[in-house]
Amino acid sequence: MVKRSNWSIPYLVFMLVFVVLPLLLIVLYAFQDSAGHFTFSNITHFFSDSDSLSTFAVSIEVAIENTLICILLGYPAAWILANRKYNRSAVTVVLFLMPMWINALMRTLATAELFNMLGIALGKGTLLFGMVYDFLPFMIYPIYTTLMKMDKSYAEAAEDLGAAPWTVFWKITVPLSLPGVMSGVLMVFMPTVSTFAISEFLTNNKIKLFGTIIQENINSSMWNYGAALAFIMLVIIGITTLFQGSEHGEVEGGLI
Amino acid sequence: MKKLFAKCYIWLLLAMLYAPLLFIAVFSFTESRVLGSWTGFSTKLYQNLFTGNVSGGAALISAVENTLLIALIAAAFSTLLGTVAAIGIFNLKGRAKRTMQFLNNIPMINPDIITGVSLFLLFVFLKFSQGYVTVVLAHITFCTPYVVLSVMPKLSQMNPNIYEAALDLGATPGQALWKVLVPELRPGMISGFMMAFTMSLDDFAVTFFTRGTIGLDTLSTYIYADARKGGLTPELRPLMTLIFLLVLVLLIIINLRSSRTKNVIE
Amino acid sequence: MTKDYIIDIQHLSKSFGDVKVLDDINFYVRRGEFITLLGPSGCGKTTLLRQIAGFIAPDEGRILLEGKDISGIPPHKRPLNTVFQRYALFPHLDVFDNVAFGLKLHKIPAKEIEQRVKKMLKMVSMTDYEDRSVDSLSGGQQQRVAIARALVNYPKVLLLDEPLAALDLKMRKDMQLELKEIHRKMGITFIYVTHDQEEALTLSDTIVVMNEGRIQQIGTPTDIYNEPVNSFVADFIGESTILNGTMICDRKVEFMGHEFECVDEGFGENVPVDVVVRPEDVVISSDVEGSQFSGVVESCIFKGVHYEMFVDTDKGYELMVQDYDSFEPGSKVGLSINPDDIQVMRKERTCNTIEATVEDQEHVSMLGCTWECSVPAEFKSGDEVLAEVAFDKVDLLDNQEDGKLGGEVHFLLYKGDHYHLTILTDDGDHLWVDTDDIWDKGDLVGIDILPSDIKIKRKNG
Repeated sequence: MVKRSNWSIPYLVFMLVFVVLPLLLIVLYAFQDSAGHFTFSNITHFFSDSDSLSTFAVSIEVAIENTLICILLGYPAAWILANRKYNRSAVTVVLFLMPMWINALMRTLATAELFNMLGIALGKGTLLFGMVYDFLPFMIYPIYTTLMKMDKSYAEAAEDLGAAPWTVFWKITVPLSLPGVMSGVLMVFMPTVSTFAISEFLTNNKIKLFGTIIQENINSSMWNYGAALAFIMLVIIGITTLFQGSEHGEVEGGLI
Repeated sequence: MKKLFAKCYIWLLLAMLYAPLLFIAVFSFTESRVLGSWTGFSTKLYQNLFTGNVSGGAALISAVENTLLIALIAAAFSTLLGTVAAIGIFNLKGRAKRTMQFLNNIPMINPDIITGVSLFLLFVFLKFSQGYVTVVLAHITFCTPYVVLSVMPKLSQMNPNIYEAALDLGATPGQALWKVLVPELRPGMISGFMMAFTMSLDDFAVTFFTRGTIGLDTLSTYIYADARKGGLTPELRPLMTLIFLLVLVLLIIINLRSSRTKNVIE
Repeated sequence: MTKDYIIDIQHLSKSFGDVKVLDDINFYVRRGEFITLLGPSGCGKTTLLRQIAGFIAPDEGRILLEGKDISGIPPHKRPLNTVFQRYALFPHLDVFDNVAFGLKLHKIPAKEIEQRVKKMLKMVSMTDYEDRSVDSLSGGQQQRVAIARALVNYPKVLLLDEPLAALDLKMRKDMQLELKEIHRKMGITFIYVTHDQEEALTLSDTIVVMNEGRIQQIGTPTDIYNEPVNSFVADFIGESTILNGTMICDRKVEFMGHEFECVDEGFGENVPVDVVVRPEDVVISSDVEGSQFSGVVESCIFKGVHYEMFVDTDKGYELMVQDYDSFEPGSKVGLSINPDDIQVMRKERTCNTIEATVEDQEHVSMLGCTWECSVPAEFKSGDEVLAEVAFDKVDLLDNQEDGKLGGEVHFLLYKGDHYHLTILTDDGDHLWVDTDDIWDKGDLVGIDILPSDIKIKRKNG
């Protein structure tokens, strides 16, 4: 009798105005020149501008490297944390998530200063280190939750059928935890491409990432080109999430 | 042996993650203007912070105030909007439900910079002057999805009959909502609020694009500007150290309490 | 007259989308009665109960409470209370506050609330649990609190939606006795929903048997058990063998290849009927000569109090027999049935009658597809006709794809020497099929009919 489904209407309206319309505006601005006429020039400009293209290539490269390192470091950590033999305390898990609550810029600046003090020159290496340091928790947490939720009887069944521990790990645990890895990738890859400020601090402005050039264009009032760059990023996000299916949204709740 | 190896690995990673934070904490006890040079132990920076005698003037203090106030307002609104939305979405069916869930996912998938730029264009397009209000609206936009996601599981865990049971016992729909539904959803609402609050506190990119040119600063934008000018305000060090300790203590208390209640139930 | 009826349901119908969940429901409930709505899952009984409680609005019809139409009144203003299937206790309130919830809403003075809650908790033997959280209670205890929470408001009618379904067998039996006792003490009208026929027979003053949104039979437990009106009720209530028979004349019926005396009259002569024989009503003995017919015991299982035997009769039927004495499998036995114990029921149908449209002289369309058959010359293309197909002329195939159309085995009845199946086609039509093959409920089947087995008839009116 009470139509409680109508309660979603205010939020629907809110999202139409503050989520859907703004994204449409990115598309609109991307295909307009500064006078408001329809044009492809923003997009063609990007593909003919070697600076933009190389920034783009570097961003993708750094993002891939960062994502891989995060998986390599994070997966074992998540596996150990989720394994009752090695870890029985939830506090250890919280310790991994804690840095997320501290202002990211402040952490990044501290990292940069630490490198300075240790006499390490800022550049590609420090950029990657800082990125891993910023994004590792976002990889560990989703893997950890899928491993925790996984039914232990699968592994036991495999063992019962004669699989050695390593085989169990590769044939059962890893495939079943892939959704967690995928949402970890989603939380690391695109945000890495789009960071700005962080890359400036960590490389002393030597390496620019894609986010930085978007920000520079918007800030210098070149909205249309900025919007075009944002649009290119949107397209990539669209493609990656299509691959991902609807696995995301798993990273819900309970960070606390 | 394996166990020792596993433990070492975990602690090594943690050491790496915490090194910069410890670095800040250690250097909050010296007066040097530059992070990394030790000029003797001193609590002067802490004193400055508490007396308001900060070298950056009132700007840092007001940035902290702005950050907290924006986070509080945004989290409160997000919790309200998100809870109502979650109840609505939960009661939707089929395509309508999937569409709403898809829309709800967009702000979470979008990197901050996309959210920031798109909202910036929105306010430009609507000729809405940017400032406090636009920042709060922007924060509500990216916080609400997390509230929806933390309230939703509580709705599905809930016995669907309890709302009807309240009506059956003579409660009006309003009373049933307030006396039965809200208490049931409260844990989800609280964790949604907490997430929204911390997301808002931590945000840099979205605030950066939506704050306009009226000189509104949150802690993040303040630090960014400060760092670009070269040299961080030294009082940021004790401030960060204190925030860090506060968060640490809060999180550990919450987790110990929840794991204890879990043990009692088991 | 209606004064005596506390609840009067008139022409109630409800559809969810295309599915008619309730179809013209009519019945009344006397004051103080314990009435049970009984039927398999999906028969509409819970929907009916929820309409009485006010959670679902009827599409058509009225619900009268003490003569007044309450159809438009929201649930919180109806003087009825419900015990929900999974209790629906409020997890954030303790036992006392759960029970006091309704009274507090009605602004009853605190002192009276305390008295009434305590009294009610005593009635359900939960006196010392007032301060306990509901999560710490067992299923049976939660059930008692849920009953107390509803009864403490002194509702005019208590609605119970499968309240014992989640309990284990032993607990269920105990709670049945207690419910009966509570009903007696309080004198409140109970409307009880269950799919458990034994529970219904034990508890009720009146049983309303429902299937597929319709009332099949209303009566006392004895009536329903001894004189089921159709094969569904006979099969659903208790154990029985349902057989095809022919009413030869008044008081004489033929089935299993023999003629029997019975007490039924007024069916006409040589009319096909369904005959119900309860297994405990078959008299089995080693005296073959002095019995009405004979058989060979095929299996014999001890069931605690009695033995359950399957006997192959002399004319090739299988009959279930229950007796306190056991007979060795393989032994020849004599069987008799008293005239009183033979329940004769009019057949609901003797063949499939399907609405069809003539396409041409060789084709009709029905059940959502086109069928080959010979159409009599009197019908033209576009005519609305009836197609008749005998029960044993419908072919069922293992693969849905192999048939002309697909369907699902919806209901099945063993009739002594063959199965009588109800098939629900993919388009939602019903077909009835006689077959010797063994199928299970829920099996997916392909359906086919030979052209020569489709008989086209004129539509009446």
